[in-house]
Amino acid sequence: MKNFNFKSATSTKEATKLSSVKTTFLAGGMTLIPAMKLRLAAYSDLINIKKIKGISGIKVSSKSIRIGATTTHAEVAASKEVGKSIPSLAVLAEGIGDPQVRNRGTIGGSIANNDPAADYPSACLALNAIIHTSKRKIAADKFFKGMFETDLKKGELIESIEFQVPEKSGYAKFPNPASRYAIVGVYIAKFKNEVRAAITGAGNYVFRSNELEKALSANFSTSAIDKVNISSKELNSDIHASAEYRAHIIKVMAKKALSFS
Amino acid sequence: MANLVGARIERKEDKKFLTGKGRYTADINLSNQTYAYFVRSPHARAKITKVDHSKAKKAPGVVDVFTGDSVTKDKIGGLICGWKIVSQDGKDMKCPPHPVLAKDVVNFVGDHVAVVVAETLEQAKNAAELVNVSYKLLKPVIKTEKATSFENIHEGIDNNLSFDFILGDKGKTNEAFSKADKVVKLDLVNNRLIPNAMEPRAAIGDYNTSSDELTLYTASQNPHLDRLIMSAFNAVHPEHKFRIVSPDVGGGFGSKINVYAEDVVVAYASKKIGRPVKWVAERSESFMSDNHGRDHVTHAELALKSDGKIIGLKVDTIANLGAYSLVLAAVTPTYLYAPLVLGIYDIPAACCTVKGVYTNTAPTDAYRGAGRPEATYVIERIVTEAAKEIGMDQAEFRKKNFINKFPHQQCLVHNIDSGDYNAHLDKALELSDYKNFENRRSQSAKKGKLRGIGLSTYFEACGVAPSAVVMSIGAGVGLWESAEIRFNPTGNVSVFTGTHSHGQSHDTTFAQIVGDKLGVSIENIDIVHGDTDKGPFGMGTYGSRSLAVGGTAIVKACDKIIAKGKKVAAKMLEGKPEDIDFKGGEFILKNSNKKKTIGEIAFACYLPGTFGDVKSPLPEGVEPGLIETSFFDPSNFSFPSGSHICEVEVDEETGETKLVKYTVVDDFGTVINPLIVEGQVHGGVAQGVGQALYENAHYDESGQLTSASYMDYTMPRADNLPQITIDYTCTPATSNPLGAKGCGEAGTIAAPAAVMNAVIDAVGSDVSMPATAEKVWKVLKKNGSKKAAA
Repeated sequence: MKNFNFKSATSTKEATKLSSVKTTFLAGGMTLIPAMKLRLAAYSDLINIKKIKGISGIKVSSKSIRIGATTTHAEVAASKEVGKSIPSLAVLAEGIGDPQVRNRGTIGGSIANNDPAADYPSACLALNAIIHTSKRKIAADKFFKGMFETDLKKGELIESIEFQVPEKSGYAKFPNPASRYAIVGVYIAKFKNEVRAAITGAGNYVFRSNELEKALSANFSTSAIDKVNISSKELNSDIHASAEYRAHIIKVMAKKALSFS
Repeated sequence: MANLVGARIERKEDKKFLTGKGRYTADINLSNQTYAYFVRSPHARAKITKVDHSKAKKAPGVVDVFTGDSVTKDKIGGLICGWKIVSQDGKDMKCPPHPVLAKDVVNFVGDHVAVVVAETLEQAKNAAELVNVSYKLLKPVIKTEKATSFENIHEGIDNNLSFDFILGDKGKTNEAFSKADKVVKLDLVNNRLIPNAMEPRAAIGDYNTSSDELTLYTASQNPHLDRLIMSAFNAVHPEHKFRIVSPDVGGGFGSKINVYAEDVVVAYASKKIGRPVKWVAERSESFMSDNHGRDHVTHAELALKSDGKIIGLKVDTIANLGAYSLVLAAVTPTYLYAPLVLGIYDIPAACCTVKGVYTNTAPTDAYRGAGRPEATYVIERIVTEAAKEIGMDQAEFRKKNFINKFPHQQCLVHNIDSGDYNAHLDKALELSDYKNFENRRSQSAKKGKLRGIGLSTYFEACGVAPSAVVMSIGAGVGLWESAEIRFNPTGNVSVFTGTHSHGQSHDTTFAQIVGDKLGVSIENIDIVHGDTDKGPFGMGTYGSRSLAVGGTAIVKACDKIIAKGKKVAAKMLEGKPEDIDFKGGEFILKNSNKKKTIGEIAFACYLPGTFGDVKSPLPEGVEPGLIETSFFDPSNFSFPSGSHICEVEVDEETGETKLVKYTVVDDFGTVINPLIVEGQVHGGVAQGVGQALYENAHYDESGQLTSASYMDYTMPRADNLPQITIDYTCTPATSNPLGAKGCGEAGTIAAPAAVMNAVIDAVGSDVSMPATAEKVWKVLKKNGSKKAAA
């Protein structure tokens, strides 16, 4: 790890002020620190955002759950409100990494990083989330832009993520046996007017499956999934799974997610 | 005192390890220490046209930079192959030069090119980024089966063939095959593995400019051998002024047998700069540059009579040595492999050929089991296939062909002294409820799972090894073992062993042996190993040898202590030495109530005279002190054997395999501590399961290691394993007085075949290792599974 300055911000304003092209924000550090240790990333300053008040914690209303950016995965997993209102979201949080990662890693960090195999981005898309930042509100559909790429501008800080409460939802993950990240993760949510199905792990970055959404909007059942044809064309192929296998597993996980809903 | 041998005594070493008090090489920090960081090749094969370290040398904190030119100039020798094999044509195997810092060429990703020594590790790493190495890229060869048809990667080694080895009688074997009613054929791949010891390798060179003594701290399984090799071949420092310390070592699995470039370089660099030089591998360096294991491509054929009797076996293997030939690289796929392909079956004729080939991959060498897992995989897969093809129950088929008279001279090499193969198979069949398997298969089918059962009845040649035998087949050293027992005047005991514990629990097991032999409580026995300045020369720990060979040396040293003690006791008790019995720590004069404890005798040996009330004159001709040394060279290998039975459930939709039942019955001969042995078996099985289902060292076509971290290299984890049922049978070894056969590698040797036979039974056709979910899914889909195709 190359040397850097460690700074702590106590407000989003201060964090923004401290940031420049050579800096980055540090929340849980579960991705950032390993990348720095491997010298894949280096910064002049790390700006700790864990001391900023008001961007941590869970607020629940009848229509939505708003989770502060520095809320840890363990907190979401253990939240009774989340478990009651959107149980699939608590299940997802409980399945991230291992206990150490869940105790340090944060939802804001996960989303800002937009790892193609991370769990939370699929929840954002499926639950039609709104990303509240230090500057604006961004719809999840417009937030995820590419592999490790989001709509965030330099110095812009996620403050909270607001998930819409669906009628029914489920998340199922087929983990990479080595890293336990998702080879395929499918998040399905049924709202009054639409069904949303988001897929992580399988493509360049998280995406919604038109095929699944169309089929499930017509008939919210596993038999509808059986008839869906998932194309492997745009899917990832690596030493763990071919695109063809991922396409197959998307259907298997979609059925599993549905059975959890 | 109750018998210690055979008791389930908790490990003496657990407390320190479980509370983080272990002292590993990385925990050692010396004053005025510097840090080394290696510049490694990012390419699989290239010519080095220039190494420019001028910028690095001027970087902040840099003490010095060494390259291939430096070590050449200072006449530091290259790394060696310690056990050379002779080819079919009578010619010696071919070994390429293997400099400790590459000079002209690099041959795998991770090959060591230069080292930067700096005041801090960060400075060394920063400067390493400034070392500019110019490469002219060459096309690499990666795949085992392609090596012999590729251009020569080493000058003068045609077809990249190091050796073409043969064992067995080709003519006789062909004759047997001509009489066969059926020939079963199988093509197998034994996947390449990365050892992944929990503690990465580490080394600190510490040259004392005043005394001219060089100390090397290194995570090694065999410090004395390291010192010998580094003195005699690498010319680092003369042996008598050279001390190697291998303190607590966190796992070896064979990957810490070798003298590595990093060991030689830090020792050399310390001499050059006159300061300690420390290097600790990062995990990614371990993945790239620890010796890898396995990597065979094999064709096997088994000749049968119609009644199921095996009459012949042919095995042809290509073994990937990687880029260079390491210390045991050649013996592992030959003498540790070929004789073992016979398994525990009475096979009258067999022939095994092995081609050792060079490729642009990390060098391979011994990895837990070393040759024997590969051999067991061949024979246990093919006997299962044979039973299926002739429609016989696989357990019955095995029993029909088991060796059942001992000693048994096999048609290849080994003379098996003892065993009872029916006994452990019967016990395993009983414990695993083999006869009701089909019910369980139907139960699983109701849940939508495909259930399969797999057997693996293995044997291994352990307790390496009889020096006369191994040296006649190319070993550069004899493989005896040493022990020294030092009674201290206060009555406690230091036991020096030439073996090395890096997870094997010698502190406990050896203390149990000594405790029973000498009647001293185990708290008062200290097992000392891992320091060439402390005990006598020893050969280290590998090949499940520590107890059978090293333990026996300890027993023999104990016998010498008792013999001397009897002489001293006779004098003190006013009798004759032949009238003294020794039992439970007491020397007793026959037909009397006169006795002395061993502690009193030890005290007397150190105070041979009158001191106050104590009168303990030594008998004439007996020297003071109570220290005895013994060296043991066994007459034969030992031959543990056993039966593993595995049951799996395969998810038809995803191809995922879950282990649901695992039964082990081993014959390890005498078991000193069942608790420790079970730990060894658990760990061994887990590693075998890892090979069968998860682990795979994967290089892409350009030679990049794409499984170079735990993100991509799948280790078996606790949630991948079922409860393992373990039991024993016992036929003591006859080649050592303990009757011990060795247990350290058994799990890893037997498990891959047991698991794969179960997976193949479940899915109904061949799957290669590792049987990943996708691979199994593809097979199911090909076989017409609707669920897999959906």
